[in-house]
Amino acid sequence: MKNKIISRVLTALVVIASAIVWQSCKPKAPATVSMGDAASKAFVPPGKYDEFYNVVSGGFNGQMSIYGLPSGRLFRIIPVFSQFPENGYGYSEETIPMLNTSHGFVPWDDLHHIALSTTSGQHDGRWAFANANNTPRVARVDMKTFKTVEILELPHSGGNHSSPFITENTEYVVAGTRFSVPVGDKTDVPISSFKENFKGYISFISVDPADGKMKIAFQLKTPGVSFDLARAGKGKSHGWFFFSTYNTEQAYTLLEVNASQKDKDFIMAVNWKKAEEYIKAGKGQTVKAKYAHNEWDESTHTGVSNIMDEVLQLDPAELKDIIYFIPCPKSPHGCDTDPTGEYIVGSGKLAALIPVFSFTKIQQAIANKDFEGEFAGIPVIKYEAALHGEVKKPGLGPLHTEFDEKGNAYTSFFVSSEIVKWNVQSLEVLDRVPTYYSIGHLSVPGGPTAKPHGKYVVAYNKITKDRYLPTGPELTQSAQLYDISGDKMQLVLDFPTTGEPHYAESIPAEMVMPNSQKIYKLEENKHPYAALGEGQAKVERKGKEVHVYMTAIRSHLTPDNIEGVKLGDDVYFHVTNLEQDWDVPHGFAIKGANNAELLVMPGETATLKWKPLTTGIFPFYCTDFCSALHQEMQGYIRVSPAGSNVPLKFSTGKIEDQSSGAGQ
Amino acid sequence: MKKYILILAVFAMACGQQTATTETAAVTEVPAGGQSNVKDDDSQQDVVKIAVNSPDHTTLVAALKAAEYVDALSNAGPFTVFAPTNAAFDKLPAGTLETLTKPENKEQLRTILEYHVYVGVLTETMIQDGMKLNQVSLDNVTLGKKDGKITVNGANVLGSARGSNGIVYIIDTVLLPPDNK
Repeated sequence: MKNKIISRVLTALVVIASAIVWQSCKPKAPATVSMGDAASKAFVPPGKYDEFYNVVSGGFNGQMSIYGLPSGRLFRIIPVFSQFPENGYGYSEETIPMLNTSHGFVPWDDLHHIALSTTSGQHDGRWAFANANNTPRVARVDMKTFKTVEILELPHSGGNHSSPFITENTEYVVAGTRFSVPVGDKTDVPISSFKENFKGYISFISVDPADGKMKIAFQLKTPGVSFDLARAGKGKSHGWFFFSTYNTEQAYTLLEVNASQKDKDFIMAVNWKKAEEYIKAGKGQTVKAKYAHNEWDESTHTGVSNIMDEVLQLDPAELKDIIYFIPCPKSPHGCDTDPTGEYIVGSGKLAALIPVFSFTKIQQAIANKDFEGEFAGIPVIKYEAALHGEVKKPGLGPLHTEFDEKGNAYTSFFVSSEIVKWNVQSLEVLDRVPTYYSIGHLSVPGGPTAKPHGKYVVAYNKITKDRYLPTGPELTQSAQLYDISGDKMQLVLDFPTTGEPHYAESIPAEMVMPNSQKIYKLEENKHPYAALGEGQAKVERKGKEVHVYMTAIRSHLTPDNIEGVKLGDDVYFHVTNLEQDWDVPHGFAIKGANNAELLVMPGETATLKWKPLTTGIFPFYCTDFCSALHQEMQGYIRVSPAGSNVPLKFSTGKIEDQSSGAGQ
Repeated sequence: MKKYILILAVFAMACGQQTATTETAAVTEVPAGGQSNVKDDDSQQDVVKIAVNSPDHTTLVAALKAAEYVDALSNAGPFTVFAPTNAAFDKLPAGTLETLTKPENKEQLRTILEYHVYVGVLTETMIQDGMKLNQVSLDNVTLGKKDGKITVNGANVLGSARGSNGIVYIIDTVLLPPDNK
C-alpha cells in the first residue's frame, strides 16, 4: 500500500516535472501579482519635489549619482574618481590635480560606497564620502555644490573596499584594504610568502569638523586578511568600529575555493579611542609613505595636489587592547550596527544564517578574557560569548543589513534574491520580498545612522535580465523601491540606475536643499586667469604658451576672433562664465580637442588646454544651450606655421572687412 | 488520474497567460516570479535548466519546485549542485519522499536540497580526496577522489555538466544531512 502511494507521488512528481519541462518551452508566462496602490506611492507630481535625496555609488563608472526618492528620477551625476568629458572633470587644468596619485594621474576608479556625514549619529547634510576600490582613495563631495572637493590617497592599501564608513560625529572616515599586500622596503617578494610578508592596513582618516578637510590620523597594522565592509559603533558603542573580514585562510590564489575553507572568518572590533590614547602616549610610529592629497579650492576654482611622505602607525599585535576578532560564519560582507549601537549584524555571504553580536557581551567577553585563542597575535573572542543570537535560515547569501526606526532590520540576500525583514531583538523573521534580481546592498533612508528616517528600502540589484526593454548584451542596472511603512514590505517602483550602484544613502530633502548653491560669486573668484569682465578678456603669449582670458555671457565669447597662434604652441583657454544667474552654465569646445569640453558654472573659471596639430582656422563654441542665440555663441582661432609673422591679436565684434558680415 | 489532469491543466493555464500588464483604476498587474521566469533560449543553461532538461532528474526537479527552490538556483550563483537521479530517489526508504513533499515539511525538504548545494563552482580538477564542503544547509559533505572516480559522502558521481551559473554533479544516492540520518 505504502509503495503504491510512493509510486503515485513519484508519478505525480514526474507529471509535475514534465509539466515544468513543457512549460519551459515557450512562451513562458509567469503569473501576475497585483501592485495595488503602489503607483501612487512612487508618484511625485510634476513640479513637486522628492522627499529624499538618494546618493548612489556608481561602481565601475567611478562616479556618484543623485536620485530622488520615491520617484527614482536621476538628477545629477557627480564625477569623483573618473574623468567626465561631459563637463571636463579630470580634463580641465584645474581638475587634473584631483586625480593625481602616487602612481601619477589615474583617470578612473571603482566607487563602491557612500557615507553621508553625521553629527551625534544623525545625518547633518554636509558631505558625502566615497571610496575608490582600485587605486585606494577616499573622496569628499560637498553637498552644497555637489562637487568633489577632496581626494586622499591611502598608502599601504591594496584596494580600498572597506570604506568610507564614518564615526558618529564624522570624527573619522575609515579605509580598510581588500587586498593585503607587502609594504615598506620589502615589497619585491614571492606571492607565496603571503603569510609572512602580506599585511592588511586600516586607515583612520580624521575629518576637520569646521571644513571637512581629511588627514590620515593613524593606520593600524593588521594581519594579512581581506577587509570587506565596516560600521562604526554608536551610542553605547561609540568609540568602537567593526570590520568584516574574509580570506582569513590567507589564500593568495583561487580565492573562490581557497578563501571559503573555514566555517568562520572574523568581525574585527577596533577600540579607536584606545588607539587615540596610545597615540597621545607617543606609541605611534611614523613610517615613510608616499600618497597624494588633493584639495579643491572654491575661491580659485582649482585643485591642488600635494604628495605626502609619512604616516603614523600603531601595531595592535603589540598594543594588545586595540583590536579583537570575533568569529563570524563564512566570508562576512555586511557588518552593520543597529541604531542603538548594541547589536552588530554579520552577514556571511556564503552562509544561511545571520549572527547578531551584542556590544555588551563583547565588552564582558573582553573583560573576562573569554578568548578561544589568538589569530596572528590578536585575541579571538569566543563566538558564543559575543553572540546575541542567530537568525536561522533567513535566506541564502546574506549581504548587508540596514535598520528602520522601529527596531527592525532589513537584510539583502544575493543568492536567494530577496529582502528579509526581521526583528533585531527577537531575531524573528517578519516578512520577505523578492528582488529583481540578485540584490547586493540595500538602503533605508538613515538606515546606518542612530536615527533612521525609515519609510523606504531600496534594493540595488546585480542582475537586470528581463526587467526593462533589452539593450543588447549590456543592460542598465535595476533598483527597486519598497514601502516599509506598514508591516509588510510593498514593491512600489522599479527604476534603472547608472553605473553599478553598490551602496547608497538617502537623506531628507529639507536637510540638503536649502543649502544648495546656485552660483559662484564673481567677486569671490580668485582664479589667477579669471577675466572678471569683458574688459579683462585678453590673449597673452608666454614663450610657447598662449593664454586666452576668455569670458562667456549670453550670447557671445570674448574674444571670439584670435590670430597669431603658431604650430608648436600650447593654447590655454581660461573661460570665465560671467553669468550670475542660476542654471546658466556655458560650455566651451574647440575642434580637434584631444581632451574634452568644459562646462563652466556661473561665476566660475575653467581652463581647457589645446595643442593645434595643423595650421588653419578652428571654430570654437558654447556647448550648453544658454539662450535663443546660443547657436551664435561661437568664435574662430587661426593657427599659423611655426615661423609665421602673424601678430597675436584678438577681438570680439570688431569688423575688419567692411565687405562682409554685419559691417555691410 | 483525474488529479494529474488537473495539475496539467493548471500548468497549461500558466503557460497560456501573457505577461501583459492590465491596468485598472488603481490596480496594476505585473509579472510575478523570479529569475527562473526569464525568457532566454540563447544563453547557456543554468543548473536548474540542466536538471529540467534531464529525463533522469524529474524527481529532483519536482522536489525543487515543491521546496520553492527553483528561483534560488536560477540566480547568479555560483553553485555546485549534486543532483541525485530518479533512481537515487527510488532508493530512499518507503514513504520518505511522500512525507517530504507534504507542504508542512517544506523546510525539511529544503534542508535536504540545500545539503546538495554548495555556493562556489568546484570543477573536477579542483576536487581533492577528503575535501570537505560546507553546504548551504550549513552541514559538511566529504568528497572523495580515487583513481579519477569522484564520490560525495560515498555516493558515486556518475557525470557532470557545466551550467551558466555553476556545475552539476549527477549522483546515484540522495545525500541526507546528519540530522536526517
